[in-house]
Amino acid sequence: MSPYMHKDSTYRISVYTFNKTLQFADRIKKINALEYLPFEGTVSLKNPQHIFCLLEDYGTDPNSIPEHPNYIYFGRWIADGQRELIRSHSVKDRHFIGNTSMDAGLSFIMANHAKVKENDLVFDPFVGTGSLLVACSHFGAYVCGTDIDYNTIHGKGRSSRKNQKWRGPDENIRANLRQYGTEKMYVDVMVSDASKPVWREAALFDAIITDPPYGIRESTRRTGSHKDITKPLDGMYVESHVPVSRAYHLSDIFTDLLNFSARHLVMGGRLVYWLPVYRPEYCDEMVPLHPCLQLISNCEQTLSSHTSRRLVTMEKIKEPEDLDSLAHVSDPRFTLYQGHNAFREKYFSRLNKRASKDNTKYEANGE
Amino acid sequence: MKLLTHNMLTSHVKGVIKGFPLIIKATEVKVNEVEFNPEFVSRMIPKLEWNALVQAAEELGQRQDLPGELVPDFEKNEEFLKKVHRVLLEVEVIEGCLKCPESGREFPICKGIPNMLLNEDEV
Repeated sequence: MSPYMHKDSTYRISVYTFNKTLQFADRIKKINALEYLPFEGTVSLKNPQHIFCLLEDYGTDPNSIPEHPNYIYFGRWIADGQRELIRSHSVKDRHFIGNTSMDAGLSFIMANHAKVKENDLVFDPFVGTGSLLVACSHFGAYVCGTDIDYNTIHGKGRSSRKNQKWRGPDENIRANLRQYGTEKMYVDVMVSDASKPVWREAALFDAIITDPPYGIRESTRRTGSHKDITKPLDGMYVESHVPVSRAYHLSDIFTDLLNFSARHLVMGGRLVYWLPVYRPEYCDEMVPLHPCLQLISNCEQTLSSHTSRRLVTMEKIKEPEDLDSLAHVSDPRFTLYQGHNAFREKYFSRLNKRASKDNTKYEANGE
Repeated sequence: MKLLTHNMLTSHVKGVIKGFPLIIKATEVKVNEVEFNPEFVSRMIPKLEWNALVQAAEELGQRQDLPGELVPDFEKNEEFLKKVHRVLLEVEVIEGCLKCPESGREFPICKGIPNMLLNEDEV
């Protein structure tokens, strides 16, 4: 360390904690505790020649933060990664958000999983408020998305912010890209049903990145009539008609998504998506497969004691032939996967069983 | 809606065999300035249905001197790439509709956003 500590040099010490918020006074205490090190230079907070970093690791469980760090690291700063993006693109400061907007950190991780790079064309079939597109545009990709919800795509309706009732005029996906200076990467968003794709048969997208609905905080929908609705009344075909939607079973969502990706990804292109899972019954064999897509990774994020979601990454390795879209039906994993349809019921059944003081309400048709 | 998107969209009305390309009927069109990126344009050109792009530009009265055939060696032809860039990314249909060439069904475009949802009985 001595070359960086001699008496004519300037330095500062920075403290970083992971999984714990530290008060300013505590930070100072920790810096002072390093007095025993042979610093000979002078402290310069604004423009030091050398920056030393004290890193404290308090584990990964935000519900169980230890008093003392599990690990401590100390070293001299050489360069930053891109962690700053998590703060600079925080959803807290984003113009347009929804109940299910993906947080910045995970959005960028998903973009990395999909190997999104400059001049790619990226598509999100469940685009919502466009959080994933924001992250992809940051890496230079041109972005487009669809969603079945007219209001979300148009930036209308109730705000997801605590003190705000309705969405303002500058709240939409395009405005989000504009906020971060990537409006030029905006191609289009459309109101569309992901189960009925509107794209011509060609390998169009370099990556498909998405967070499909789990049926908990937003409903899973597709266009189509329920069996008990016969013919629509004559007055129904007005300009703003929003088609009747029926339940889009979770297992269908993922089968459709994999088939869609096999057909519309370029060779080597990646599909990255979240798969909701009921933990007590989960096994790796439940992750849907497709003959044209190779499973690259499957990473769990715990949501609660009985639920989690898995970030699944797949890469296109083969062009589809007609029979491939039906291949899954004969695959034994298909029957295992049907269990996902019960995800919503299992999620709520556990919540009801617990005598919960929690007053959180989930709307069945919530946005 | 940009013409890059239009070039990839097809009608999915039940029973329609050839739903591409959708006919554009525009009542409001805007031309914005978008930063020119020759690499992106070069990458997109092989994915495009060229005739459909020219036809769409014509329908909007925005074709200008876009050639009817793809120019060979376009990657290095900056002048050509700029023309393609303009038509793909700068021309936007704000209000209007997309019409299925076979069934005649119209998908409205409102505030630049197409609504491709079919009604219950079309599904």
